[in-house]
Amino acid sequence: MPGPANRPGHDNPYEQAGGVTARLGWAPYVLLIPSLAYLAIFFATPMAQAFALALQDRDGNWTLASVMRMVDDPNFRDAVTTTIALVILVLPVQFVLAMSMALIVNAKLKGQGFWLYLYALPLGISELAAGIVWVSVFTQTGWLNTILQGVGIIDKPIIWQSSETPWLLILTIVLAEAWRATAIIMIILVAGLQSIPNEFLEAADVYGATTWQKVRRVILPMLRPSLQIALILRTILAFQVFATVVALAGTGVTVLSREAQRWATDIDNDHVAAGYAGLILLLSLMATLLYLWLLPTREEHRL
Amino acid sequence: MNRSRYPVRRLAAIVAGLSVALAACGGAASPSPAPTGTPGTSPASAAPTEPPPAGPVTMLSNQLVPVTEQEAMRNEILSGYDGEVEYVGADPGPYTDRIQAEGEAASGGVSLIGGLHGDFSAFGARNYLSDLSDVAAELADLGISQDYLDLGKLGTSEQLYIPWMQATYIMVARNEALDYLPDGADINALTWEQLTEWGAAITDGTGDRKLGFPAGEDGLLHRFFQGHAYPAFTGRVNTAFATSDAVEMWNWLKDTWQYVNPQSTTYGFMQEPLQSGEVWVAWDHVARLVEALKSDPSAFTAFPVPAGPEGRAFMPVIAGLAIPTWAPNPDGAKALIRYLLQPETQATTLRTVSFFPVIAGALPGDLDPGVEAEQQAVAAQVGSSDALPALLPVALGDQGGAYNQVFKDAFAQIIIQNQDPANVLAALADTLQEVFDVSGAACWSPDPPSDGPCQVGR
Repeated sequence: MPGPANRPGHDNPYEQAGGVTARLGWAPYVLLIPSLAYLAIFFATPMAQAFALALQDRDGNWTLASVMRMVDDPNFRDAVTTTIALVILVLPVQFVLAMSMALIVNAKLKGQGFWLYLYALPLGISELAAGIVWVSVFTQTGWLNTILQGVGIIDKPIIWQSSETPWLLILTIVLAEAWRATAIIMIILVAGLQSIPNEFLEAADVYGATTWQKVRRVILPMLRPSLQIALILRTILAFQVFATVVALAGTGVTVLSREAQRWATDIDNDHVAAGYAGLILLLSLMATLLYLWLLPTREEHRL
Repeated sequence: MNRSRYPVRRLAAIVAGLSVALAACGGAASPSPAPTGTPGTSPASAAPTEPPPAGPVTMLSNQLVPVTEQEAMRNEILSGYDGEVEYVGADPGPYTDRIQAEGEAASGGVSLIGGLHGDFSAFGARNYLSDLSDVAAELADLGISQDYLDLGKLGTSEQLYIPWMQATYIMVARNEALDYLPDGADINALTWEQLTEWGAAITDGTGDRKLGFPAGEDGLLHRFFQGHAYPAFTGRVNTAFATSDAVEMWNWLKDTWQYVNPQSTTYGFMQEPLQSGEVWVAWDHVARLVEALKSDPSAFTAFPVPAGPEGRAFMPVIAGLAIPTWAPNPDGAKALIRYLLQPETQATTLRTVSFFPVIAGALPGDLDPGVEAEQQAVAAQVGSSDALPALLPVALGDQGGAYNQVFKDAFAQIIIQNQDPANVLAALADTLQEVFDVSGAACWSPDPPSDGPCQVGR
């Protein structure tokens, strides 16, 4: 209900003087307590413990020795560069693909359900299963070489998963990841597309915009919130890439998650493993802040 | 209208009250640590004359862990056992974690532990294992090798584990590759240099690199260095880690790697690339080669590992059975040990998972020709005049993984990244020495015994 005279500059008729507390009391904050307690107990506390673990050594002293051990490890540089390279290579490919897939799905063509089903199929299988499927494609006697040889493009099988050609190896991982994880982005973009009011697109048609201009001038700007969410989500998941790399590359290249797992289970040193986990978290955080800065979205409503 | 002025506030109070009540209930019920064991059975010392408590035996093992091997264990090896067994196969990390957790609590669900000599030396050092001398005495007529039984004492006077089964590492070749053997080479008495010539001949003849090593994530390549390459070229392992003989061995491997399929970094089990033809000559654990031999015995040849300047070095893998001091069902576990050591069970074990028996004497039943081929290669290897057994690591405790990682890192840097062997070994020698200093492990055969932590050779 509209309240007493509003302060100058605040001409939203649904806003009352005094803000949330005056209108609704403390109820909303009380309602938040269970979720906050859950997050504090099951997320914040273990996270703090993990950081503490990274900053201790085997005897429990506070020290940077475990972090230094992580940085001095011969595999550290390979893990960091490969992870960042994968993130940088996979994301643009996936976004272009996801955008096209989302536009196709949203165009409500005949048989639209089929396309959505086909695109969303990879969501249903685990990361490791996807990796193993792609091994059967890329292995020396696998599908890809058989097809290429059968068609006559190559004489001898190409060894895609060779440790001696790391860039070829990374290409196979990029392809497998693009196949496996694009659907997540597509679904977020489809939801965003469906929230764009038709009037804008019809107005663009009235003004004679081509499809490309519609996409660039109307759709993409209005998709900003969805793009931001999808980018942040996919980047965080990309920093955690693990099973696809293990399945396709074996020991050819390594990534941060694989190193964390190696230190935790193979080498039995939880402190260095926690260091790697903390590094993944920091990188994800930095990327998220970068996106929030580059793609600010205006608030639509204020309480 | 008679409505509360602040309906939201009232609702919020109700929800908050409910959630606090729920949290209190949920917080009180913490998950029990070992739900699979039988709780509260009478302690073993109080029941010498009563019949063994009928109850399930939980067996935790880090051998026979791959899915097919676990299935073979449950469906075939344990199928003839009268009692109820819950078999749990665990990877090294969770395996050690669980046993340490139960050991520190002095209670838990595991009644029987299956593991390797190195695992038991760590557990024995923490006094987790009970004395099985009575079981060993009962099984005396089965003819278990006295050397293995002595190993099972872990340097004490108590029998801390009973040998269960053994395995080793051999090589297998597709028969197409036999055409390219160097002149005058006897496949049952090759040298590592002859292997390189063989690989070169195959590459010249076919244009492909057809040697194979399990350099993948799950591969056992570190055992290749610890049990075969190092002892064959230097006569020792840790005390010759960074010596000039070791550099010679690494240079030999660098030279050979140009004939090795570069996809080797993805191979965990060599039987698959052998069957698909990606690899023609492979080195691996017997259990990871057997499927190829079983699938088509006429297409493959199993042969002993080649010899180096210091002998035909190989690594025998001895798996054993031990009962933890806190076992809820120790009598059931002892019955299970007796069962697993019977000739019929040892024959089934050999037939299904290709781990060889530890008992003496002929085994009942026919052997699959593929397994027969493996057994002959193993016998030729063990019985060769220049045989040089190199034991698995002993008493490394939780540094076992770090120890293996040193060899894997050496391989990655010297072979994959093409760095200079001497520099890499010098740097990694420090890491290796740290492993010994932290674990306090003394040298083991074929290294000469040491007082205190093993000193890495430079």
